[in-house]
Amino acid sequence: MGQLTLSGVTKKFGPVDVIQGVDLAVADGEFCVFVGPSGCGKSTLLKLIAGLESATAGRLTLDGRDITNLPPAKREIAMVFQSYALYPHLTVRDNMGLALRQAGRPKAEVRAATDRAAAMLSLDTLLDRRPAELSGGQRQRVAIGRAIVRRPKLFLFDEPLSNLDAALRVNTRIEIAKLHRELGATMIYVTHDQVEAMTLADRIVVLRAGKVEQIGAPMELYNDPANTFVAGFIGSPRMNFLKSAALGMSSHTAGVRPEQLQFVEGPGAIRSTVSHVERLGGETLVYLHTADHGLLTARLFGEHDFAVGSERGITFAPDRVFHFDEAGHRLR
Amino acid sequence: MSRTRHFPARAFAAHAVLIVWTLIALFPVFVTVVNSFKSKRAIFTQPLALPGPETFDLVGYQTVAAQGDFVAYFQNSLVVTCLSLFFVLLFGAMAAFALSEYRFRGNMLMGLYLALGIMIPIRLGTVAILQMMVATGLVNTLAALILVYTAQGLPLAVFILSEFMRSVSDDLKNAGRIDGLSEYRIFFQLVLPLVRPAMATVAVFTMIPIWNDLWFPLILAPSEATKTITLGSQVFLGQFVSNWNAVLAALSLAILPVLVLYLIFSRQLIRGITAGAVK
Ligand SMILES: Nc1ncnc2c1ncn2[C@@H]1O[C@H](COP(=O)(O)OP(=O)(O)OP(=O)(O)O)[C@@H](O)[C@H]1O
Ligand SMILES: [Mg+2]
Repeated sequence: MGQLTLSGVTKKFGPVDVIQGVDLAVADGEFCVFVGPSGCGKSTLLKLIAGLESATAGRLTLDGRDITNLPPAKREIAMVFQSYALYPHLTVRDNMGLALRQAGRPKAEVRAATDRAAAMLSLDTLLDRRPAELSGGQRQRVAIGRAIVRRPKLFLFDEPLSNLDAALRVNTRIEIAKLHRELGATMIYVTHDQVEAMTLADRIVVLRAGKVEQIGAPMELYNDPANTFVAGFIGSPRMNFLKSAALGMSSHTAGVRPEQLQFVEGPGAIRSTVSHVERLGGETLVYLHTADHGLLTARLFGEHDFAVGSERGITFAPDRVFHFDEAGHRLR
Repeated sequence: MSRTRHFPARAFAAHAVLIVWTLIALFPVFVTVVNSFKSKRAIFTQPLALPGPETFDLVGYQTVAAQGDFVAYFQNSLVVTCLSLFFVLLFGAMAAFALSEYRFRGNMLMGLYLALGIMIPIRLGTVAILQMMVATGLVNTLAALILVYTAQGLPLAVFILSEFMRSVSDDLKNAGRIDGLSEYRIFFQLVLPLVRPAMATVAVFTMIPIWNDLWFPLILAPSEATKTITLGSQVFLGQFVSNWNAVLAALSLAILPVLVLYLIFSRQLIRGITAGAVK
């Protein structure tokens, strides 16, 4: 229940290719996250799956049924939007029950489904309010509730947490993970938040300019990126890219994660000047200027003191380096 | 707000300008209403004086009442204005929704074409309109007026409403589509309530020229049964003698219905004008 495939899906807005041939299979019960820089087509791809935009070419199937030309309401999907998109004139209960009522289900069934979803999200006491009388976090919970009520085969989330404050974001993230476990439904989730992607996903799809760059489990992408784009995009702070030639290596670019940089003194170390230090308590980020490689970031655990402007030598273990060719492809 | 408190002089100047403007705008209305309660002599000797014990006279209103048809004229005006307004708002909003919501070939051109009427006065087409009305046998019917006024009001309505509808959240409409609402219900239940202030703005701007129009009633529907109040008041204006009492009384009465309609829309209107300014 809830197995989605996309084959050769493209979307053009006028002359612009926004989605350029995406092939993807999302397994039943999988939590799949789309990440990518702003404007890469994440929302567009999600709308194509929802049927809110029609694909220029390609085919979509859900549980083997061709849904390419079905209207959104017939696709057995539900969507949660960044801006909540609750109906302002309806109460929370009616907001949540609307889809079932539209589908012509009996009143009692709609009521039971709404109550069940409300209980799951502790919305019981808010059922008679209107959206204007709710806080941002409550509105997003109602939006999630509205999706649950329909018991869809596929849940679509478009950056559902980005309008919430940091504390609420963590709570709602945990709530979504819990929901995924309880419902066992297939979910597709768009975000540009690293942490959300890494913590929620079974599989991450990295998009760039309408193309899939790499698909894999979070740790697969982290430990085995296919190219400089994925290597730079997954992991925070971002991977350092050094010029291999200056290090006497055969590849074009050498990628080193900030936590792999070590401070040493003596010959062989890369000379650098401390240009900025960020102390976060649990970890310390040191920004270093180097003559050959530009600005590098080092990440140390615990608290450390570095004088800005002081000279430091840095090095890294050669077996923790990712090598890339000129086009940015990984050399293995 | 807090800035005006720091500059009382500036606030005073602003209020002075507004008050002067209000006085200028209200002056003709004031003169009309005041003089409608005076005797003919008093109207000419002391046009600005308030009606006193000697000058107070209801003869204008009595003449209007005696004329008998005035209730019918009122009815005609109301029917024409309300129905035209209804069609302008309905069709204007529907066209605006299509233009702002759907991507189709020629969308831009269509929008321009529909807005063109703002710049071209419909009266330029009077002869052609009259020929059409004659051909369709609609002369001397209220339908003729309603059709013309609907056409006259649509360009501005489409123009204003499509701008406002672009600002309605796409997510909301998309949520409706996923929940299985038809495009009609999305339009009527989700979008229209959110552009209510814009609708009120359009309603006021559409309603007043229609109510006050003399041109088309005179040309298309001058018969006794279809006269509007503005046209009806003209019977008191002769080439040689005019019954000023009756004219002023009729005009004063004619102000009332628009005033009521305006009050209904104005709450929404003010919200529309200040939308975005106060957030
Ligand atoms: N209706 C449209 N008409 C024309 N171009 C569009 C339309 N919708 C989106 N685009 C373009 O498609 C590209 C992808 O947009 P999309 O909204 O999918 O990006 P995104 O990855 O969701 O970005 P973000 O992270 O900022 O939400 C953008 O370059 C955008 O300008
Ligand atoms: Mg987006």
